[in-house]
Amino acid sequence: MGVDTALLSQVEGFMYPNEVELQWSVLIVLYPFITGLVAGAFILASLERVFKVEEVRPTYRLSLLTALAFLLVAPLPLQLHLGHPERSFEMYLTPHTTSAMAMFGFVYLWYLMVVLIVEIWLDYRRDIVLQARSQTGVLQWVYRAMALGSDNISPRSLAIDDRVGRFITIVGIPSAFLLHGYVGFIFGSVKANPWWSTPLMPVVFLFSAMVSGIALVLLLYMLVSWVRRTAIDMRCLDTVARYLFYAFVIDFSLEMLDLVHRIYVADESFKSLDFMVKTRLFGSQILLQIIIGTLLPLALLALTQLARLSDRARKGLYATAGVLTMVGIFAMRWNVVIGGQLFSKSFLGYTVYKMDFATREGLLPAILLMVLPFVILAVLIRLLPPWPESAAHRESA
Amino acid sequence: MAHDFRDFEHLLRLVAIFVVGFALFIVVRAMLVPDDFGVYGHFRAGALDDNRQRPLAHAGAAACSDCHDDVVNSRAGGGHEKVRCEACHGPLAAHADDPSAQAPELPNPGTVCLKCHLPAMAKPATFPQVDPTEHADNEPCDTCHLPHSPRLEEG
Ligand code: HEC
Ligand code: HEC
Ligand code: HEC
Ligand code: HEC
Repeated sequence: MGVDTALLSQVEGFMYPNEVELQWSVLIVLYPFITGLVAGAFILASLERVFKVEEVRPTYRLSLLTALAFLLVAPLPLQLHLGHPERSFEMYLTPHTTSAMAMFGFVYLWYLMVVLIVEIWLDYRRDIVLQARSQTGVLQWVYRAMALGSDNISPRSLAIDDRVGRFITIVGIPSAFLLHGYVGFIFGSVKANPWWSTPLMPVVFLFSAMVSGIALVLLLYMLVSWVRRTAIDMRCLDTVARYLFYAFVIDFSLEMLDLVHRIYVADESFKSLDFMVKTRLFGSQILLQIIIGTLLPLALLALTQLARLSDRARKGLYATAGVLTMVGIFAMRWNVVIGGQLFSKSFLGYTVYKMDFATREGLLPAILLMVLPFVILAVLIRLLPPWPESAAHRESA
Repeated sequence: MAHDFRDFEHLLRLVAIFVVGFALFIVVRAMLVPDDFGVYGHFRAGALDDNRQRPLAHAGAAACSDCHDDVVNSRAGGGHEKVRCEACHGPLAAHADDPSAQAPELPNPGTVCLKCHLPAMAKPATFPQVDPTEHADNEPCDTCHLPHSPRLEEG
């Protein structure tokens, strides 16, 4: 009774009893946020690979490792939310074909095992073999295992790797689209919830995923260059920022399309959603997502496209725009997941979301889950340095 | 030919890992999925028996009246006539089986009533709802109401 009574006093209007307490917490906000970063980072890497965009090569391997680090963490918020992580394996043993979430398990596995790991392996195989030859002790065994015991890095074998790798990338792009489109699909297919239920959802999720992934790689590239005290390749940074700008323009247009469509159609849910956006979601949707997290970074990026600015100024603008973009996309995930639960299916009532701190679904585990991919990335970078120096062989190709 | 083979031999190792992984999965799956899975539907048939084995918690409305017809009579015609005994008293299957095995704890008349009568928007407007502070100055409800027959006679 305790929880309900406290929450009940926050409820406005008429709410069905099962809607008073939000079931999908901040952890469920992290799930689309993190998978979005994976898909976005991977798509950026694929651009270089498939379309041979030379400029962004310095971020190619970094993007792949970023995608892997975040992909490994992607299911954790869900498992923490459900509370029985060991049971998630049963989804693979006896999958229910009508369950969108069960099918996501296979999309995830496909993407992780067949696309990402294989692509990284093929790209790094030469480095791994060289490390296996030069390292000693435990690390040598680690690299030998990663090389699958093979010592062959003849030019012909590397050429084959390159061709297979390109094939995997081509398979990978639709897979990355599938991975994140699927997350949007899961929300978009909730018929009962008008805030989610739109066929545009997968598409909007996909483009916002690209936006956030590209922004993340942009920031990581600048951060990593700063930490290593190496010069930033401005040609690369400019190109990545340009992609960010384009992807963002498309993403914003799609979201506006959704908005205009909702306003024009104005179905029975409209008044309720409109009220919600103007009151309980005003801060996170209008201010944070649209103004601070979309229009401002778009303006900054547009400025870098229009004006001739010094390298220093551009770096500053890119970094600012990148951070704001991340904030904006996170706010978008928040507004979708939390926003979709704030109103009643009666369209007559509204509730609130109270985030705990140090509980299973509180802010603390959410923060830890956001730190974890960076820790994994640091380990991956140690093991498989993504620096251009170590990819010298591709220069000759 | 031999030369060619060495150039993609490492890829075959990768394929082998996938094949072994897949085979392992099939074996593990065969071992872990219960035999009676899917007999009636997408669940383990034995789960039905498992559930049947679980001790009953509630005795049901009819059970109480066998021994407590005084209470049943006192409720007749009152607002709570149709409210099940165990909604207030909690699950009492063990007690109904053997009264000496479980001596029921009496519900606290200061709080049990609010479970149902606390105002909430989601309740039908016709359902009687009271704010305990406004209505009773936070006094226990049984100061004025009889739990089994809560209607106060006029006057
Ligand atoms: C087999 C007969 C039997 C059945 C069935 C039965 N009871 Fe009882 N109940 C008793 C007896 C005997 C006592 C003890 C009488 C006493 O000590 O005054 C008792 C005591 C109680 C008491 C405690 C009374 C007090 O003054 O502390 C409650 C409350 C109670 N029963 C509720 C129920 C409810 C509710 C049910 C239906 C789920 C139920 N009983 C079913 C025989 C039964
Ligand atoms: C609306 C809630 C409610 C329902 C429904 C209810 N009871 Fe009670 N009952 C109480 C409360 C509260 C007390 C304790 C009164 C007290 O402490 O003075 C109580 C006390 C009792 C007692 C102890 C002696 C007495 O008569 O006060 C018995 C026996 C009992 N109930 C049996 C039953 C049975 C049998 C039913 C169903 C036919 C039932 N109750 C339904 C709330 C309820
Ligand atoms: C399990 C839910 C429940 C609990 C607990 C409960 N009630 Fe009720 N109460 C009802 C229902 C159902 C009605 C009938 C409402 C109707 O007629 O629409 C009712 C009606 C009433 C009425 C109006 C009676 C009339 O004849 O109009 C009063 C007074 C009342 N309850 C007081 C109490 C008190 C005092 C308690 C605590 C001892 C209590 N209730 C506990 C469900 C409950
Ligand atoms: C000081 C005596 C007193 C106390 C204590 C008291 N009530 Fe009442 N209650 C009344 C009277 C008198 C009525 C009938 C007149 C009326 O409807 O206001 C009543 C009516 C009710 C009704 C029916 C209201 C309706 O709209 O039909 C409910 C329900 C109720 N009380 C619940 C409770 C609950 C729950 C408590 C404990 C928190 C409680 N009462 C405590 C005196 C009391």
